[in-house]
Amino acid sequence: MEWTLTEEQEELRRSVRRFFEQKSTSADVRRLMQTDDGYDPAVWSQMAEQLGLQGLALPEEHGGSGFSFVEQAIVLEEMGRSLLCAPYFGSVVLAGTALVESGDDSAQKELLPGIADGTTIASLALAESDGKGDADATTVTARRTNDGYSLSGTKHFVLDGHIANVLLVVARADGGPSLFAVDATASGVQRRLLETIDMTRKLALIELNDAPARLIGAEGDATKIVTRTLQRAAVALAAEQVGAAQRCLDMSVDYAKLRVQFGRPIGSFQAIKHKCADMLLEVESARSAVHYAAWAIAEDTEEVPLVSSVAKAYCSDAFTSAAAENIQIHGGIGFTWEHDAHLYYRRSKSSELLFGTPTEHRDAVAGLLLAAEGK
Amino acid sequence: MTQVTQELTTASDVRREVSAWIEQNFDRGISLREWLVRLADSGWATPTWPTQWWGKGLSSDLAAVAFDEFRKVRAPGPPAGLGRMLAGPTIIAHGSDEQKKKFVHAILVGDDAWCQLFSEPGAGSDLASLQTRAELDGDEYVVNGQKVWTSGAIGADLGMLLARTDVDVPKHRGISYFAFEMDQPGVEVRPLKQITGDAMFAEVFFTDARVPAANVIGEINGGWGVAMTTLMNERVGLGAGSALGFATSVPAGRRVKQQLEQSLGEFIDAGRSGAPASSSASAGAMVGRGVESLIGLSKQLGRGDDANVRQQLARLWTLSNINTWNGMRAKAAAKAGKGLGPEASLGKLMVSHITRLWRDTAMTVTGPSGVLAGKDGPLDGNVARQFLFAPAPSIYGGSDQVQRNIIGERVLGLPKDPDVSRDVAFRDLKVGTQSRGQSPTTEGS
Repeated sequence: MEWTLTEEQEELRRSVRRFFEQKSTSADVRRLMQTDDGYDPAVWSQMAEQLGLQGLALPEEHGGSGFSFVEQAIVLEEMGRSLLCAPYFGSVVLAGTALVESGDDSAQKELLPGIADGTTIASLALAESDGKGDADATTVTARRTNDGYSLSGTKHFVLDGHIANVLLVVARADGGPSLFAVDATASGVQRRLLETIDMTRKLALIELNDAPARLIGAEGDATKIVTRTLQRAAVALAAEQVGAAQRCLDMSVDYAKLRVQFGRPIGSFQAIKHKCADMLLEVESARSAVHYAAWAIAEDTEEVPLVSSVAKAYCSDAFTSAAAENIQIHGGIGFTWEHDAHLYYRRSKSSELLFGTPTEHRDAVAGLLLAAEGK
Repeated sequence: MTQVTQELTTASDVRREVSAWIEQNFDRGISLREWLVRLADSGWATPTWPTQWWGKGLSSDLAAVAFDEFRKVRAPGPPAGLGRMLAGPTIIAHGSDEQKKKFVHAILVGDDAWCQLFSEPGAGSDLASLQTRAELDGDEYVVNGQKVWTSGAIGADLGMLLARTDVDVPKHRGISYFAFEMDQPGVEVRPLKQITGDAMFAEVFFTDARVPAANVIGEINGGWGVAMTTLMNERVGLGAGSALGFATSVPAGRRVKQQLEQSLGEFIDAGRSGAPASSSASAGAMVGRGVESLIGLSKQLGRGDDANVRQQLARLWTLSNINTWNGMRAKAAAKAGKGLGPEASLGKLMVSHITRLWRDTAMTVTGPSGVLAGKDGPLDGNVARQFLFAPAPSIYGGSDQVQRNIIGERVLGLPKDPDVSRDVAFRDLKVGTQSRGQSPTTEGS
């Protein structure tokens, strides 16, 4: 692995940042978060056509550009920084990865090119009422029909599920937990946008009543597909968290240099300065965790289960703390609707709680450490 | 001095060059001292130092390759004390050529052990308010005052001494940096017993002690800038990445001169190493290896299912590894010309966190048996020892609060806390035992 980014990777970061600085401004985010769809289709198309972001790390044979997870993480970091409102995480990171991990060539052929060029928005319907992504515990049932399957049950916390064209649903078939593709507009599919603390990230509740479905991979494959998908999603979300936490730090430092009280910039007071120093330590540490985990995924090493959980746990805490400290450093102005601090505060909590809380990930880390030692 | 060699730019060049050198020079029959002389003169003792001053000018990555070769034959390196860590790099950066020849080589071949005479009872975080005076008398300075927290003062031959040489200018501008001979009548060293019961430190008292004017490192009254180099090296040494180096090091100093007469082979077979590099040695070792010991202890005590234990172990593994990764990123950035500077404070701060977290995790794992120490205590008393030691890393070498100031000001560019004493002549300040209105200008008025 490499410990620094290459010139090409730095250039990728610069161009993505430039794009979002123009297309995902505070005003854009505020406009989109108040809409039900929660994204701008024109920007979504430009992301695909001008920058190739949706297809960046998807396989070349299915319309992607075949870059590694290291490049994927760079793009996600910038999306986190700008609080991009778009179905990227649901469609590309979750559904795209699940399809890649399914090894189902015909499903990939059918769905990945659309995901890669942005014309298809897919979503992974995994969690149920407890919010955990445990495929083995699914209560959604899959019944065989003449021309496929029929699914019934309820999926919760479905990221970008309200606008997806295709839902990838984990349900229990005779052969065990399995992954299915459901046309989101089919009969028997009911969707409801959920009210959440983080309006920049849309979640849906999906009810399936004999919804027609097509099996992806084989019956019983979902556990493996979901496990690998969630490890990658954990690091993807951690990358977003790094970008967003860095933005909180930048906002805090800028403000601490400008805001004068008692005749001096507040950043000259140690009470504020030390908060900023601690934020920097945590942000840099979070970046290291993502860097290491992204490389582990890119090289598909044995450490992925361990370091993906390490990254998600650490980066969640780092972002949550940075977002809260950012408000504190801004004082009263940071508590207003007009200031962006609350948007990051909201995002930090949704990112922390989705796809495994820090506590759950640390428990998984401990399990792996205790199992490995003395082997 | 250093031989002229071709520039080494790749790992395989270094590996080849070092193994050829070892082939020629690694002779178990020669004395330990002779081995140190060969290492120093070849530049392999300190390969990251400049080529003209006992180094090879290598990056730390390439130096690691060299150390790797030396470890294969279990070759000991130069003494690992404050001489090599702090005095050498400082004198190379600021000393005259004469001084470099006189002091630096003697460090590398084990002749001189050094200590650091910086902190005083009244000058800790605000080091520039130090009161120890050095007054010119002919071609010597006469030193009076007191230092404290001096690691390795007993057994040190020389000290990096900061003393005040001008009280009529602001505090940062009247300090000089001396290479100070410890073995003289005006110096009294008293061991200082610490929390752990050991005496790693000492107090040092100067009563009309003397130091030649020729031993001023850098400019007279320019000692603050010189001291910054020492402190920078200290932060790096106490943070991540200092573990690189030889497998063992040899003892240093005039008092242990006899030990350098033994043969290289004898020394290696005895498996001995010199004194720990500094007070941080035990903590540093713990940062690297401590998680595994606590995982083992958790299993041994049947605590692996306890939710708190699991959370703590995961946190500790995470911080320890992230600290390593931060270090690797910083090193790679430095290599790519992006510079290493105040970022070293990140590593030092991290070590403080990890040390405390190790302590708390250990106590969570042990429960009541955490009160037991010595041979009765868990991990052969190591849990108790680390509990007692844990407050130290966040104080020594610049406290956590000082590190946060450095990060805030030099990395993030936040404005400095106004120092009301900054532009006031030293004699008019209230520092340590000196009060305003008590200073020489106003006395008797």
